[in-house]
Amino acid sequence: MVLKTEKFMINAGPQHPSTHGVFRMRFTLDGEVIQDVELVFGYLHRGIEKLAEGLTYTQDIVFTDRLDYLASMTNNQAYVVSVEKLAGIQVPERAEYIRVIMSELMRISSHLMAVGFLLNDLGAFLTPLLYMYREREKILDLFDMVCGQRLTYNYMRIGGLSQDIPEEFLPALKKFIDSLPRFIDEYDQLLAQNEIMLVRTKNVGILSRESAINNSTAGPVLRGSGVKWDIRKADPYSVYDRFNFEVPIGNIGDIYDRYRVRIEEMLQSISILKQAIEQLPQGEIQAKVPRSFRPPKGEAYGHIEGPKGELGFYLVSDGSVNPYRLHIRPPSLLNLTVLRELLIGVKIADAMAIFGSIDICVGEVDR
Amino acid sequence: MPSFGRSLFPINFLNSMLPPDWPSGFWSHLIIFIAILFVFVLAMAMAFIYLERRVLGRFQIRIGPNRVGPFGLLQPVADTIKILIKEDIIPLNADKLIHLLAPAVAFIPVLMIFAVIPFQNGASLVDLNIGILYIVAISSVSVVGMVMAGWSSNNKYALISTMRVIAQVVSYEIPLALGIIGVILFSGTLSMNGIVQAQNIPFILLQPMGFLIYFLAALAEINRTPFDLLEAEGEIVAGYNIEYSGIKFALFFLTEYTEAVAISAIITTLYLGGWKGPFLPPVLWFLIKVFAVFILIIWVRATIPRLRIDQVMGFAWKFLLPLALINLLITGIQVVVLPNISLWAIVIMNIVITAILILLWSRFFRLRGDKIEV
Repeated sequence: MVLKTEKFMINAGPQHPSTHGVFRMRFTLDGEVIQDVELVFGYLHRGIEKLAEGLTYTQDIVFTDRLDYLASMTNNQAYVVSVEKLAGIQVPERAEYIRVIMSELMRISSHLMAVGFLLNDLGAFLTPLLYMYREREKILDLFDMVCGQRLTYNYMRIGGLSQDIPEEFLPALKKFIDSLPRFIDEYDQLLAQNEIMLVRTKNVGILSRESAINNSTAGPVLRGSGVKWDIRKADPYSVYDRFNFEVPIGNIGDIYDRYRVRIEEMLQSISILKQAIEQLPQGEIQAKVPRSFRPPKGEAYGHIEGPKGELGFYLVSDGSVNPYRLHIRPPSLLNLTVLRELLIGVKIADAMAIFGSIDICVGEVDR
Repeated sequence: MPSFGRSLFPINFLNSMLPPDWPSGFWSHLIIFIAILFVFVLAMAMAFIYLERRVLGRFQIRIGPNRVGPFGLLQPVADTIKILIKEDIIPLNADKLIHLLAPAVAFIPVLMIFAVIPFQNGASLVDLNIGILYIVAISSVSVVGMVMAGWSSNNKYALISTMRVIAQVVSYEIPLALGIIGVILFSGTLSMNGIVQAQNIPFILLQPMGFLIYFLAALAEINRTPFDLLEAEGEIVAGYNIEYSGIKFALFFLTEYTEAVAISAIITTLYLGGWKGPFLPPVLWFLIKVFAVFILIIWVRATIPRLRIDQVMGFAWKFLLPLALINLLITGIQVVVLPNISLWAIVIMNIVITAILILLWSRFFRLRGDKIEV
């Protein structure tokens, strides 16, 4: 006897326990197996690119905080790097070093969140996530010390920083980076030797090297697939050419490799932080930038290695105080383009884990 | 006619006031014990809800509920009141009769398990001579309630949950029952009180593998992490009870925790020596052991992620079932061929065999995470 069967559609999102933000996936299911998936986003669109055209270059920094709200510092940095490239401003060395410290701290914080949420999607009831929150909290305290904010920092300025780091910052930072490797090792041991975690993540959601490159993914998603591509090495900005660090890559590009890459990157960030503290020079933190800042006519594309991948800002100037056009290259959006390919043919439980391993931030996807 | 166990204090008191007439003593025993059981089960379920939230909070480096009453002790009461005053919704296209019946069908069998649990020597509602068989039979009925709930709600998430629950619970019935047989072979009786009396050393030592198999299968039966697929909230939101609200949801919620109480009580009775223990009164020993087992369950929940449905099925058929059969064979040989050997020798033998078998089996499933090149 042949039973008449029917495919059915279910929605995951825009309000669903596993979606990171207001993101929606429409699954066409055959039993538990996903036949097709439609990705719907745009629920958080605020028109930041258009808004930026009506504001001055300095005022736009505030909006970059609202892109990837789990990594505001790196957003700040990507934007000011682009503006400085447009106007040809030389940033004082001390400011560059402090920017590096901030963005590496931000990377650790963002990766902690990514790993914690991945485990949450795998069904570990909140415990790993809350331990990650504890460590992230320490980083937020450090940021609070520097600029008085915990989520949207608005710390960097064109040609420098809004303020110098306070005296008590460096000792606190040293204490934090001394304690972090032990925590990461302990945590990694608990997870990477857990059989359930391994069977759920190994050989699941394999993103091939070719596909990763063709879809222009970036960050841990690309490196998890075995491509050694990191803007900090490939096109060094700021003072990254003075540091000694490695670019970890994965073997086959499954969820486990992406997880592994994030863990190793945190350890590399700690090594960069240590070097930056040693080399941190004294001096100015702000270059001379006129109050009414008018970059010359022209265009520039500046990019940095954000926690989630290559974060770029494309700026066109018509010589006025406002940018003529601001375009953002959000890593989350471009990493999402591989999601459909990864999801077709897997079970619905794995779909959530794969989605979690890509690590998007909807604020950045929808802009 | 099953033999009715010795009564607790108030029943003795009432019986002594009545003429020694069998039927009246029977009825007072029945009614009073059922009332005691109801109160006990509901109080334990409340205590478990509170304990789970507090202990889970400790595992997750947070405090847990501490606002309502001293140490948050009244939190379950507040939760219950909140749930009870919610609007009772029946979805438009639901199968109304089945939708209404489902919570009761899920809850009543779980409550019935407690009829044969001995709280101290002879203190159970009925000391059935087929006690454990009765438990295995009755505990699988409550799944029907969940299936009814998932099916009648006319909701897609609930439907997926229903598919999962059928596959999972039916599969885990087999290792669950096979795990118990080892205990029965050693004790030579199916009566729950008889099993407790037979435990001169707790059966967890004589049957370490049986305990492991039963514990894991029981986790799957009561849908706890890592087998909580049917209410995987990251995937199918809440599973079978997604369309329920108000008192019907409260019944499902209660079922979940009553099941946990029941499983803890069964494990205590079968493997941990039930009410036996030195110094303290037997009822207290029983409660201590029940709470200890439940804290173990919470610990598992706080620590590990969830399995996928095919892995859950594979675990039942490829891991638990062969191990349960081997365990059965070894226990049978020990009981039949070596009846005169010292129990402690069997304890050592079984612990070694368990360790070897688990190592062997985990080789087959091995999937180590290796460090990636830097």
